[in-house]
Amino acid sequence: MEKDNSRDASWRAALRGAMSAKDRTAIERVKMPELDAAYRVTSRSEEVNQGISEEQAVTEATRCMDCPDPQCVTGCPVGIDIPGFIKNIQRGEFGEAARVLRMTSALPAVCGRVCPQEKQCESRCIYHKMKRQPVAIGYLERFAADRAREEARRNPAPHRRPAPGAIKVAVAGSGPAGLSFAGDMAARGYDVTVFEALHEIGGVLKYGIPEFRLPNAVVDDEIRALEAAGVTFVKDCIVSRTVTYDELKQQGFRGLFVASGAGLPRFMGIPGENLIGVMSSNEYLTRVNLMGAGLEGHDTPVLTGRTAAIVGGGNTAMDSVRTARRMGAERAIIVYRRSEAEMPARLEEVHHAKEEGVEFMTLFNPVEYLGDERGHVRAMRVQRMELGEPDASGRRSPVPVEGDIREIPVDLVIVSVGVSPNPLIPASIDGLNVSRRGTIEVDEVSMESSVDGLFAGGDIVRGGATVILAMGDGRRAAAGMDAALKQAH
Amino acid sequence: MFRILEKEHFSENVMKFTVEAPQIARSRRPGHFVIVRCGEGGERIPLTIADADTERGTITLVVQQVGVSTRKICALEPGDELTDVVGPLGQATHIAKVGTVVCCGGGVGVAPLLPIVKAMKQAGNRVVTVLAARTRDLIILEDQVRPWSDEVVIMTDDGSYGRKGLVTEGVEDVIRREKVDQVVTIGPAVMMKFVAKLTERYGVPTMCSLNTIMVDGTGMCGACRVTVGGRTRFVCVDGPEFDAHQVDFDEMLMRLRSYN
Repeated sequence: MEKDNSRDASWRAALRGAMSAKDRTAIERVKMPELDAAYRVTSRSEEVNQGISEEQAVTEATRCMDCPDPQCVTGCPVGIDIPGFIKNIQRGEFGEAARVLRMTSALPAVCGRVCPQEKQCESRCIYHKMKRQPVAIGYLERFAADRAREEARRNPAPHRRPAPGAIKVAVAGSGPAGLSFAGDMAARGYDVTVFEALHEIGGVLKYGIPEFRLPNAVVDDEIRALEAAGVTFVKDCIVSRTVTYDELKQQGFRGLFVASGAGLPRFMGIPGENLIGVMSSNEYLTRVNLMGAGLEGHDTPVLTGRTAAIVGGGNTAMDSVRTARRMGAERAIIVYRRSEAEMPARLEEVHHAKEEGVEFMTLFNPVEYLGDERGHVRAMRVQRMELGEPDASGRRSPVPVEGDIREIPVDLVIVSVGVSPNPLIPASIDGLNVSRRGTIEVDEVSMESSVDGLFAGGDIVRGGATVILAMGDGRRAAAGMDAALKQAH
Repeated sequence: MFRILEKEHFSENVMKFTVEAPQIARSRRPGHFVIVRCGEGGERIPLTIADADTERGTITLVVQQVGVSTRKICALEPGDELTDVVGPLGQATHIAKVGTVVCCGGGVGVAPLLPIVKAMKQAGNRVVTVLAARTRDLIILEDQVRPWSDEVVIMTDDGSYGRKGLVTEGVEDVIRREKVDQVVTIGPAVMMKFVAKLTERYGVPTMCSLNTIMVDGTGMCGACRVTVGGRTRFVCVDGPEFDAHQVDFDEMLMRLRSYN
């Protein structure tokens, strides 16, 4: 195999010359094989997207024009060499494709499943200029990453240990930001320890994103790859509570990357919100995903309902509503105060939710929940909205239609209107600059905070974003901390 | 890692465990709690730390068998391990010298009360401790609170030990008899509700410690939310201690029945 992966490599030039642009663009975009919607709502654990075959992957990779100035790369928060990995798929070097992915992404099998590609890499694909569907970059990423996972299961990589005397750095939180940082720092030769508060490694990838979209086994494979690269994981340990930043320094850690995520779920502050059967999406998803509520051998209970209303229009709302369908809700309704066009959720999630029979009540906003004599929610009152002038986010802001309030019977309500940063670490470190919203303030390039040696990224900085943006933060923080530690040396 | 070193039966359903958890033992303060999980597939449940020994690296947990998870824990013996213990969580108790403090605990609530009794005494307060239970066998930790209390009042519903009567009667007697500057109450929600009602009438500042349903215990899920002074607060990060006069106990009692 020719090792050079640059665009000038002879094998890539040969692939470009092997087919005319006309023939290339005539190929239809691959369709992701999916489980049938009627079947999949009966299965909690089976992944909806089944993954594309080798043949499909090679054909899809052939569509990529291998542009001289690939715009897709600029749309990727971690700057994956997209044509580099895609062309390796086309020439059948799947392992090499995965290696290219790993150079910039610690979690390619995760990103291939949960990234909003239509807003990132795929949105910049040259095919849009030809009014054609973009190259299925996400599907290809997943294909190559899954091949590498299977290979690693057959032939586990030997565990590398950090070199003796390697500089020790700590990470608070094992979600996407923390894992991405850990991968990059291990690759740079640091001795990395990741501290996790929960009893499982993976953060939101485990407690938040459901099995049918991101199986825990996939996350575990990615974690094993990081362990093989020399990263140490410690669960049941809350940086700031179990062990303080000062204690970490005394233990020889020279830097701390805080990636403690979005803590507190937001509620709307409307009457009846504390009734039984009204809960945050964090609670609902954690009970189901992390704690295995309702599964044999798992003690954690979860409330189920015949009619579930999920308030919100983001990915978490879609995960919750689709989970509710799988947990037996006959009616599962998205209640969203803007119109579908403004929904922040990935298109695929909205599409899948609709296939699974989820109802969409857009331009409605809850104003009150009503309970029965036992304090259990039995109905919600919703205010009809219409779109007014654009707000600060550029989206048209919803305004109430006077007098148009309706009551709908519900027995389960999942509130999914966002989260606030986890307060534990910001509250515990003197001299740490924290915004009014509770996020840690950092330098945008280096991700360093106002406290020496303390860097931060992901939702604790952004207040609520995506897996891939968190991963981008982890990468930048790794570069930032590496530079700072080298300078200090 | 979280090995059980000792187990002591306080009563048929209440047991004391000494658990190896050196980091937590070092970091904890009175009022803190831990989240415990017993067995793969186990629930995460909050338990208040009753005591800690930094030299031995142990914490003390007092567990009452009431549901699936507490029964699993109570079935453990010395040498066994808890699957997960994480903490210390919550805000530590605000300890200050205020004068006379009445610490009243009901049932298993005496366990989390013990470190507060101790700290209140060490801060220089006169401490009157009121322990209450249904019957004599359910009075726990009496010997442990005695050295840190100027006076211990025992109340039992059936009169089998101490005075016959409710915890509120014991507290009211003290308030009528002498100037009380603060009351601390920990126990079943319904008990704390009536203690709060009583002390509100006498205008005595009262602090309670709430034990609500939790999942993660770190602020993430919101299962533990309570209304305090008209605002929704999270017991795990804002509490577990609150101004008892501001807590909506009826709502809390309702929410405790979520899974019944």
